[in-house]
Amino acid sequence: MHKILRNLFENKLGPLFHEGGKWHKFWPAYDAFYTFLFLPAEKSREGVHVHDAMNLKRLMSMVIIALIPPFLFGMYNTGYQHFLALGQPAGFWDCFTYGALKVLPIVVVSYAVGLGIEFAFCIIKGHPVSEGYLVSGLLIPLVLPADIPLWMVALAVAFAVIFGKEVFGGTGMNILNVALTARAFLFFAYPSYMSGNIWVSGVPAEVNARSGATLLAQAADAGFLGHFRAVNGVGYDNTFWSAFVGLIPGSIGETSALACLIGGFILVWTGVGSWRIIVSVFAGAYFTGLLYNLLGFNAYMQLPAHYHLVMGGLAFGAVYMATDPVSAAQTNKGKFVYGFLIGVMAVLIRVVNPAYPEGVMLAILLLNVLAPVIDYFVVQANVRRRLKRFKTAAHVQ
Amino acid sequence: MENLLSIFVRSIFVDNMIFAYFLGMCSYLAVSKRVSTAIGLGAAVIFVLTVTVPVNYLIENYLLKKGALKWLGPEFAALDLGFLSLIFFIAVIAAIVQIVEMVVEKVSPPLYNALGIFLPLIAVNCSILGGSLFMQTRDYGSLAEATVFGFGSGIGWFIAIVAIAAIRERIRYSDVPAPLRGLGMSFIITGLMGIAFLSFAGIKI
Repeated sequence: MHKILRNLFENKLGPLFHEGGKWHKFWPAYDAFYTFLFLPAEKSREGVHVHDAMNLKRLMSMVIIALIPPFLFGMYNTGYQHFLALGQPAGFWDCFTYGALKVLPIVVVSYAVGLGIEFAFCIIKGHPVSEGYLVSGLLIPLVLPADIPLWMVALAVAFAVIFGKEVFGGTGMNILNVALTARAFLFFAYPSYMSGNIWVSGVPAEVNARSGATLLAQAADAGFLGHFRAVNGVGYDNTFWSAFVGLIPGSIGETSALACLIGGFILVWTGVGSWRIIVSVFAGAYFTGLLYNLLGFNAYMQLPAHYHLVMGGLAFGAVYMATDPVSAAQTNKGKFVYGFLIGVMAVLIRVVNPAYPEGVMLAILLLNVLAPVIDYFVVQANVRRRLKRFKTAAHVQ
Repeated sequence: MENLLSIFVRSIFVDNMIFAYFLGMCSYLAVSKRVSTAIGLGAAVIFVLTVTVPVNYLIENYLLKKGALKWLGPEFAALDLGFLSLIFFIAVIAAIVQIVEMVVEKVSPPLYNALGIFLPLIAVNCSILGGSLFMQTRDYGSLAEATVFGFGSGIGWFIAIVAIAAIRERIRYSDVPAPLRGLGMSFIITGLMGIAFLSFAGIKI
């Protein structure tokens, strides 16, 4: 297989795309597939380059590997919630197959549209295709409800890739997280498909209305006074544990804090994701939850703080969205501030803003906007400190 | 007290002059190339709003509103000078901006030069007049409320211009398509920032 592919790319297709070839215009497209499959034989020709096997493609592959746990779990959970809401007994493979049939088309649409636009831009601009979208294209389906119409996915992906990324000059230049831009676009453009009773896939509307409330919606309704109930109307044996494992209704990939933690561990261990951000997001959310417990104005505020960490998309956002190295704060001190404020804002929006039961997405977008300011002040503080040190040193001499 | 706090937070985040009403866009787009200048202009806007809104509040309530001239005597109680409010507000704003301009020129000549024409243009910055007109239509109940509202609106504007200035400094080396460089890109960024600030829309405090 390897040999056939290499032969096909280097000897058959290569000459067509290389300089002077018939299809040289489409070189970026060829280059993208070729370098994705093989380590390029070309060496850097000018300037200083970091000589390491870790390039953007390997970095993105790490994130995709880290995304596998929530992805697989999301497929299983989509089916699980479906059969649970209908009251039909179903085995593991029934759930998984049902979920896969729901989720995979979204993934295919997301990749086809996103990569199509990316390739078109690269061919027009004549620069190599970079793999940033491989991650965004998998993140977008995971933050959507399973029943989202496919044309909406295509529209949101097109908006996010063009206005969130390509107008800034492509991968690495964007200011907002691309996947979250897509979700925010859908959330504000088609609110009835993105919130309310839509979280259980493939059941009639009345079943969804009876059972499809997420934990966050239930908490906003009744606070922690009542016990949370699952989609079949029966209360959870242990709500916290169910939410931690992720057998609760929600967006495809966000329900399981456990799967996100496994992915987060992979990201931190390989050095791709910043532990500073992940830890400080959880710290910020927990801190705000505790603060609410102290205030305790209403039932929602009395919800124990650790519930905020496992409900909704907080874990998913902290691990995969907030750590996006492009849109996050770049300085180490800035990362702590950035992460902490995401946690604070996420829980703040959840509890204080009745319009949005889930605040993680908006909190991360907001801090994406403010991240350059945070960096600016961290850098300025550093400049001032060193200037002062320089002056005192000069004074001593 | 709680009321004042609510007005303060609302005017910064929920009713942000830039992202909720898109007021004061001209100087917001023109003076946001560098963070240091943006901080200067933002501070000037905070100052002008904090002073003009309460002054206009007094004018509105003791001169212009229907029945505001009661303190002169009962025969003035029916008088309504509301139609003069635009002229009065603008005059007050222009006078105060003049003072700010003289102070900035005296205190910080580099900032004065960097702000250039946009400092006197604060006089016709829509967010400043907008602040006074919102004060009028929202009918704030006391001088303290008007002051807090003006101060909060200024802070909201300050945050917006500093944020976009930092972003523009960051994307200076980005490979933005040629037709979009400069203002076009700033509009797109402002729109994306507006999406992020929608997180506050709907908060009731």
